Amino acid sequence: MRAQRLLKVATVSASAILLVAACGGSSGSSSSGSASTGSAAASAGTDAAPAAPGGAAYAGPVGAGEGQVNILAWPGYVENGSTDPKVDWVTQFEKDSGCKVNLKTFGTSDEAVKLMQGGGWDVVSASGDATLRLIYGDLVQPVNTDLVPSYADIFPDLKMQKFNSVNGVAYGIPHGRGANLIMWNTDKVTTPLDSWAVTFDPNSPYKGAVTAYDSPIFIADAAVYLMATQPELGIKDPYALDKTQFDAAMALLTQQKDLISEYWSDYTKATQAFESGSTAVGTSWQVIENLAEADGGHVAAAKAKEGATGWSDTWMIAKDTPNINCAYKWVDYIASPSVNAQVAEWFGEAPSNAKACDLTSDKNFCTTYHAGDTEYWKDVYYWNTPTTACLDGRTDVQCIPYSEWGTAWSALRS
Amino acid sequence: MTTTTATHRGFWYRHPGLRLGGLLTAPMAWLVVVYLGSLAALFLTAFYQVDDFTGQVVRSFSLKNFQTLFTTSAYYQSVFRTISIALLVTILCLVIAVPLSFFMARVAPRSWRPVMVALVLTPLWASYLVKVYAWRSMLQPESGVIAWFLKPLGLDGPGYGYIGIVITLTYLWLPYMILPVYAGLTRLPDSMLDASADLGAHSGRTFRSIVIPMIFPSVVAGSIFTFSLSLGDYITAQIVGGKVTMLGNVVQQTYVTNLPFAAAVATLPVVIILLYLLAVRKTGALENV
Repeated sequence: MRAQRLLKVATVSASAILLVAACGGSSGSSSSGSASTGSAAASAGTDAAPAAPGGAAYAGPVGAGEGQVNILAWPGYVENGSTDPKVDWVTQFEKDSGCKVNLKTFGTSDEAVKLMQGGGWDVVSASGDATLRLIYGDLVQPVNTDLVPSYADIFPDLKMQKFNSVNGVAYGIPHGRGANLIMWNTDKVTTPLDSWAVTFDPNSPYKGAVTAYDSPIFIADAAVYLMATQPELGIKDPYALDKTQFDAAMALLTQQKDLISEYWSDYTKATQAFESGSTAVGTSWQVIENLAEADGGHVAAAKAKEGATGWSDTWMIAKDTPNINCAYKWVDYIASPSVNAQVAEWFGEAPSNAKACDLTSDKNFCTTYHAGDTEYWKDVYYWNTPTTACLDGRTDVQCIPYSEWGTAWSALRS
Repeated sequence: MTTTTATHRGFWYRHPGLRLGGLLTAPMAWLVVVYLGSLAALFLTAFYQVDDFTGQVVRSFSLKNFQTLFTTSAYYQSVFRTISIALLVTILCLVIAVPLSFFMARVAPRSWRPVMVALVLTPLWASYLVKVYAWRSMLQPESGVIAWFLKPLGLDGPGYGYIGIVITLTYLWLPYMILPVYAGLTRLPDSMLDASADLGAHSGRTFRSIVIPMIFPSVVAGSIFTFSLSLGDYITAQIVGGKVTMLGNVVQQTYVTNLPFAAAVATLPVVIILLYLLAVRKTGALENV
């Protein structure tokens, strides 16, 4: 009895202490979280251009390395020979710079943003649906492009875009771009495909063997298909969807769910599913096609005629990095012509560095991937972060922001 | 010399409160600050909102997250699906574990026991992911081992989905059911079984009236493991679930774009487990544990 009462007293007093601690903790961190309130204000003022966040860029000069650099990247961007002994550009960098590379890969932009919020990373390869969240989240710093010699040779149509700069301030070094492709297993699908129709049409012959990318950003893929098939909706930009357009995209995705065998966000799972044929057709990346083919899988991929979502990635530097010199050395190294060529060929994307085109092992690579072909990229909609202020410039309606894309996607998937 | 040790010992002897405090401070601090503290933070976060643009948490109190959770049919369907998976896994584990443990503890020769316990434990030596990916290839539609086995019977394999999740989770958590049930059965005194037989009860009656009541607390202990482990799992659903998702997947999908909503979803399993424990407590099975 007595022991029980003692325990009770102990728990009650302990929880009281806990409450006090929790209150103290939350008030303390909310006062230090001025960054988040600042960004809230920034997004609330729809048209007023907010001041560029992230503080000042590094003045330089880039000195001796700090000994290491912690990199967050898409799979395939940072290879040290462990995936394939012939594919290695990290070892050379470590030798030249003295900066040891610590790598973590991520499967979706959301994962990248979350990891950056957790801290501890110096550079990140961010797609357009992550960059603005990182910039306004005060997680990355402006980049002093004068300190990055490789920047001079980057294709001009990749520089200072709306997803990698704010008010004329650069926030990163362009890495490369590509389109999300329609991929199929050639044992299951005998005629080459050029349209997303088989992945959306309720009468698709591949019902039960279709795959889709498991991220809210995939809603934009449905929007791209609607742009071609239901022009009356008036979608101009798949990342600027008003309520009607958004609902139409969600209805299409709900209908698509009947066709789906599984959703993927882990590219190894997608590779295996396409190889084995448990997935016959669906959205994919070039690198998945390459890996599946290298494994002996019977697969093919193409850009759909309706257009496609795509990515244009940017190397960004974390705001409070202790390894600033190594970070600058890395972004310069990875964007330099020969390395940019290697990454682009391995990943299967168009390089960002114009000089990389002379250094690819396949001399037609840049033509195949349309590196400098402005026309080709016209119907490729780079991942972007949807906001309440419509990205296509409409001011008479409000668009659905990304957080609601997230909730809608999770409701669809539940 | 002897006097100093005596006074030293005397100090702790004279201050039992300090002695108890010294022993309990570290574990209590762990329990309260790290364990309960993070739970409290979770509950608190569930009432916050998120900035539309950056996805960062805005500390303003509202019930919106819970409203969405209880008014969107997709979410409460997900709750029921998850509970049904956890219950099915628990029942399947029970159906497999009871006869197996009975054999191990009462039928097989005593010298076999350590070997059999080791065999039951071997799957725990392999990584969780390795086991789930192994099931992914076994469950593979058309070409997987299971589909291949069922083909002569004219059946299709379960493929990826609800059944795949239940099978995989049952495999994963089975040792956690077998061990407590086995321990309970070894503690069962022979004299009781003898007495039951002497009084004329046949084996079925003995099992019903002696064995089941005696191992009930062990079964409950095992079911808490299997139920709660299944309830919180999301990786298995991701790998062998096809398009079927569990509550954990909802948390995983939303915690980047909308952390407070994910927190609200994450409180559900906590509440479900608490209800389960309360129900278990009603049966009296926790009194001897």
